[in-house]
Formats: sequence, C-alpha cells, structure tokens
Amino acid sequence: MTLNVKERRNKAGTVLVATGEINSETSGSLLQSLLPLVREGRPLRIDLTAVTYVSSAGLRTLLVVYREAQHAGVAVTLYGVSEEVRFVMSATGFLDFFSTGEAESAAAKAAAKTAAKAAR
Amino acid sequence: MSEPASEQVLRVDAYPTHEVGGYRVRAGKPFPFGANVVPGGVSFSVFSDQATSMTLVIYKRGEPEPMAELEFPQEFRTGSVFAMTVFGLDHENIEYGYRADGPYDPVTGHRFDARQVLSDPYARLIAGRDVWGVEPDRSRGYQYRSRVCLQDFDWGDDTPLGIPAEDLVVYETHVRGFTRHPSSQVTAPGTFAGLREKIPYLKELGINCIELLPVFEFDESDNPRTNPETGEQLFDYWGYNTVSFFAPKAGYAATGRYGMQGDEFRTLIKDLHAAGIEVILDVVFNHTAEGNEQGPTISFKGLDNATYYMLTPEGYYFNFSGTGNTVNCNHPVVRNFVLDCLRHWVADYHIDGFRFDLAAILGRSADGTPLPNPPLLELLAYDPVLRHTKLIAEAWDAGGLYEVGNFPAYGRWAEWNGKYRDTVRSFLKGDPGITGELATRIAGSPDLYSTRGTSASVNFLTAHDGFSLADLVSYNDKHNEANGEGNNDGGNDNASWNCGAEGPTDDPGVNALRLRQMKNALAVLFTSQGIPMLLSGDEVARTQQGNNNTYCQDNELSWFDWSQVDENSELLRFTREMIAFRRRHRELRSTSHPTGQLRDTLGLPDISWHGERAWQPDWSAESRLLAVARCGTGDDDVVYAAMNSHWEAHDLELPALPGGRSWHLFADTGAEAPYDIRTPGAELELENAGKYLIGPRSVVILVGRTPDAEL
Repeated sequence: MTLNVKERRNKAGTVLVATGEINSETSGSLLQSLLPLVREGRPLRIDLTAVTYVSSAGLRTLLVVYREAQHAGVAVTLYGVSEEVRFVMSATGFLDFFSTGEAESAAAKAAAKTAAKAAR
Repeated sequence: MSEPASEQVLRVDAYPTHEVGGYRVRAGKPFPFGANVVPGGVSFSVFSDQATSMTLVIYKRGEPEPMAELEFPQEFRTGSVFAMTVFGLDHENIEYGYRADGPYDPVTGHRFDARQVLSDPYARLIAGRDVWGVEPDRSRGYQYRSRVCLQDFDWGDDTPLGIPAEDLVVYETHVRGFTRHPSSQVTAPGTFAGLREKIPYLKELGINCIELLPVFEFDESDNPRTNPETGEQLFDYWGYNTVSFFAPKAGYAATGRYGMQGDEFRTLIKDLHAAGIEVILDVVFNHTAEGNEQGPTISFKGLDNATYYMLTPEGYYFNFSGTGNTVNCNHPVVRNFVLDCLRHWVADYHIDGFRFDLAAILGRSADGTPLPNPPLLELLAYDPVLRHTKLIAEAWDAGGLYEVGNFPAYGRWAEWNGKYRDTVRSFLKGDPGITGELATRIAGSPDLYSTRGTSASVNFLTAHDGFSLADLVSYNDKHNEANGEGNNDGGNDNASWNCGAEGPTDDPGVNALRLRQMKNALAVLFTSQGIPMLLSGDEVARTQQGNNNTYCQDNELSWFDWSQVDENSELLRFTREMIAFRRRHRELRSTSHPTGQLRDTLGLPDISWHGERAWQPDWSAESRLLAVARCGTGDDDVVYAAMNSHWEAHDLELPALPGGRSWHLFADTGAEAPYDIRTPGAELELENAGKYLIGPRSVVILVGRTPDAEL
C-alpha cells in the first residue's frame, strides 16, 4: 500500500495529512516530506486520521521527525491517531514522545473514510 | 551541535561488488554475527566450523516458500565465518535462515542436513510464534524464522539503577502469568505492556527488582500432553526451552504480531527503571529446545552440532539438564556465544542481571567433568559490559552436581540458597533439631559464604519451581495430576505442612494457622541477612491447588488472581510492612557476616542469640524457639526477632537495652490484624519492658530505640 501526503498551511502552522500505511517502504518519502517542514521552524501537525497502519520502521521515522523538531525547537503534534495505532504506539513507548490531538479537518476525516473503503 | 542524522554519508562499502542469484551483494563483515542493517543493505554473518557450504535463505514475510537462496561465494568466507551484505532488501518485510551443508556422521558429532532451513543463533527477532497459544502451521518447513531488527531504541535518560546487591528485594514473576487472569484489568493481559500497567502495584509493594522467568523465544506449543481430567492442551508455560537466545518472546508482547516485541519489552524495562525497579532475567544456557537425537533441528544442531553440544564418544547427547541435550558451555566458541548474548541483553535492553538456570552445568567441561576454574564463569565475572550486572547461579544441575556454597564465584556470583529454603521450611513446620542451622541461615549462611559476604546468598522459601507459599502451608503432598504424568513429576521433598487438613478447608482454626504460618515465613525471610526473593503472588496467598510443578499449566493454577489483592489484603499489608521494615534497618542488610563482637557505640554485639532467657539460646534438638538481636550499623537501633515454631506459647525475657532505649513492638504474627504489624517507625512501646509472651507458632519482631525516635 502506498502513502499519500498533502500539506496545508495556516496561520498557526503547517498541517501534513497522511493517507495510507507508514512502513519501511513508505517512510522514506514521508521523511523527505516532513524534514523540510520541520526546518521551516513553524509548528507542525501530522494528521494520521487516514493512516491505517504504522509499522516499526514507520514509528521510528516519526521519532526521527520528533528528534529533528526537538533539535530545531519546533513543536510537533500528531493528530487523529486511530485506536489501533495508538495502542501499538502506547505499548511500544512511542506515544510517550509525542503530543497528540484529535483529527481536526473535514478533509482528513473524508480521507479516512476513503482509506477505510480501500482497505475493505 | 552536529548536523542531523538525515545528512547522508556515502561509503565505499555501500556499493555492491558481486551478484548472486539476481541480488546485488558484497562480502560482509564477519563481526558482529547475525543480521545487521548497513548502508544500502543487510549484512548477514554466521559461524560454522565444519560446513562445506552455506546458503542464505530469504523469505518474504510470512510466505511458505523462499524468495531467494543465495549461496555464499567462497571469497565471502573468513575463517569459519560466512558473511555477506545483500543490497536492496526491505529489512522489515523479510525473514531469513540458513542451509548449511557438510558431513552427516553422528558418531563424529556432525549432523549437517542442507534440506533444513536453520534459524540464526544470533537472530534478534523470531517470527513464527507471534501470538501466544495460536496453533502453529506445522506443515511449514521453516518454523522459527529469523528476522532483521533495528537497534535504535530511544532510551532517553535511562541509566542502570545500580542498586547494591544487599539492598535488593527480588520479586520472581512470569510475564504472562502476572496479568493474564481476567481480574488483572489491564489493556493487554499477559504481555510486557500488561506488566507495565502493574508497575504501581510493584512499587507500592516495595520490591526493587523483578526476576522474570525466561523471556527468550520459546515454543509454548511444544508439549504433546493433555490434561487427563479435562482433555485440554498443556503448554510449555514456563519457557525453560529456548528456541532463540537473542530474541524476546513475541507471544509475550501485545505487539508481537507486528514484530515490535523488542520495543515493547524495552519500554517495560525503561518504565520499571523509572520506578526504581531493576530487571533480572532467568536465562537457560544449560540446554536448548533441540532436545536429543529424536528432537527437532532448529539451529545449532544443523550449524555445528559438535561445537554446541556435549557429546558422548559415540555421538549421543550428554544429558546433565534432564531435558535431552546439554550445551557445551566451556567450548571457546560457545563461551563467546553466551557472552555475546548477555552483552546484547545488557547493552541493547538495559537488563540489570541474570539468574542462570542449572548453572552448575556452566562449570562442566566438554565431557561433563566439573572444572576447577571454569573459563565461562570467569569470563562472565570479569567482562567489561557485564561488570556491574547481578549474576545469580542456580548452583545445581540435573546431573547431580550440587555446588551451593561452592560455586566458582570470582567475587561476583551469588547463588540461590537452597539450604536456606530447606532449613527455614523445616523450622517453620516444627521439625526438631533445626535451631542451630536456622541461626546460620538467617545470619547470611557464613558456613557457605564466609569469604563472599551475605549478598552471595539469595534467600527464598518459594520459587516458581515448587509449592507457592499458600500451598506450602496447605498441603503435605504434591497434587500434580493435571500435568498428565500420573503425579510422578515435581519434587517430593517439600518440607511442607498442611496445618491439619489437606487442601482447602472451612475449618477457621486451620485457616488462621495457615495465615499465621505465611506471616511467619515472610517475617523470617525479610529479617534474614542475604538477598530476599519473594515469589509473585505469595503476598496475597496465591494457590496452585497443591501443584508443585506448574510448568505446563497456562491457566488459573499459574496466573496471578488479582481479586486476591482485596481478599487477602491482610497478608499483603503484612508483606508490604515487612519489606518497608527491611529497607529501614540497615543491620538486616549488612554485607559482612556478623561476628558477635561488641560494637563500641552501643555496647551490644552486632548479633546476639537468645531463648526464653535473654542471652541463653537453646540449641538442643528439641528446641523450637530462637531469638536473634541485631545491632545497628549507623542508625544505632536494635532489631530483635523471636521465632517460635513450637505449638505452645513461651515467656520471653528480653535483653536489657543501653542508652535510654526501650523495646517497641513492630510485629507479632500471633496477634489479630491490624495489631499483627505496624508501620516501621510507628512501633508501640512495650509496657512491660523486660518480658513478652510469644504465642504458639509465632514470630515477634521488636525494635530497641529511644521513645522519641518515632516518625
């Protein structure tokens, strides 16, 4: 499965909406999308509402982003983490590193529905 | 600050030089062994002394048939190590193994069979038993599949706690059994994550070290027996049958199905450390899951049988472990394997120490003879990475070697003190002729550890192997029928006493006596010198219904029933206060054995023995009463513990105290709760300073201090 990312900017910061799976195959491109945003120095929100699965390598990629953000003094928030992904992140300790929030955009919710249909 | 890690550095060895089977490869690095992610690829390295050729077998994750079989080119072999870097692999979605070709000649020890795909002995993750209890597909040719694992856990500021050995209070438990019971109310019962949710309970109990039954990958379904009463499948529940020594058991992780057991286990350890609790692993290097000549070929047998196992001159397996095979621990290659394995758990998992199952085998030579100076034990004692870890031996084996008090220690090794267990059990049930040895045991067994100090002795009354504390006072005999072996398994020599009725009873007198006997046991354990070890659940009277060998029972017989935390809150409170009391009194944790010499500041000896009359212990065979007074090593208080295993009460004359001190009552197991025990520091001053009536089968603990020295 592929991963699609879209970025949106508003006054408060940058939102990156991801759709699909974050795994060893897709995490490289996700990192390429996220690192320049982190380096811009604006608060970053990663919307995972439409992400159905995050693998071990995917979690590591998110942690790399977190460490880069820490390095740059940028706040990173994960939004719309599904119950399953949240459970895995919690059991493996990754959740402790991040601030998390609810999905914020109608677009993200719509993308989640599409992703769920595709998964069926 | 340095540039972020995302800046790529190009290296010459990031480019392939060869092509094998359509894959771009180059010679790998022989060390470290195992599969390691390197720039652009994965480096595979495996040792086999006698293999004539070696083939790397790669599967797409979960697929029955390999996606590639890559024979190591001759030039990729250094010494007896085959090493190859394969480029372009998605390390997260592959499984791998090896086919080793070479002689098949059991008489000379060789059992090569290139038809078999073998697990990597250094695999850091294993797939195939990802979720506990799921019936495996045995038709698959390769059952326990090696996986590649990144070693990049973010430990934050986690550092070893370095708790001095003498300050430890060890809690022996089982990852699954601790939270599998429905009453545990955790998010993921029976897992590392579930155990993590119970850290507040452990902290409140006051223990500062957990010792986990084996967590290396094993196959719980590797038990052909069924329960003769219910027909249910029996398991290998305890896990003393290692399949892979570097891999945490996937079935113990809520995230095992995603291959994230390593992260989940590390997160548990990190949080235990944050709560002030060390982690000791029970490790099994004496044998493997490959069994004898009838057993399966998983890894070592097919890679280098003659190196890894002790073999008879005819090529059969020596069996000092009672399980079929015996690891050839003092072979130079195997020594390094054990060392690498332990270093891995210390460096990559921040493990604080190890308890070695049947450790006497670790001192045997290739033909089984006990070595006077076993190189493996010395190596582990002095290794730089293991230097500050706790090393605890189960100093006996199934071949009859019993080395309690005599284990080659190199100033480092402690031991499970089986003699402590046997002596205190025997005393508690009221056997005659024990008082003298009891004194030796509670003083840290100076007869066994005179040059090693008290912390060489791990004191315990119960462990996973044997009766639980509640069963020790409820059964005269073992009741192992559910194990399907006709009650012939498990130990027969339990030194247990049922207090008047075998098993559960409504008799309030018997039940009251049992509760008192459990308190007596805990009171003796936590006031003894040496490292105390508590079996998980004993603090709430966990029962195994008389089964003293629940190795195969994945059910209520083994699981911690959390409803007992409320039901047996009286015993739990008693245990907590005893642990807190031990923490408060340094004289109970002194590393040196007491000498009986006078201490200058108080005018009392560091240890003194008493009977009904102060200063007059009764060492006769019929004596069942002993009192010991220990004098402080800095806080200048005195702890007096009187132990009466007689069925009659006795009037105790208390020794006089110097310097305005008076006796204060901390615990009397003969008193009804809540007067059985007090909060340390809030002990009640005795009205009659010189006398105390100790009840039948009771332990009384007093503190000699100045009245105003309360909390």
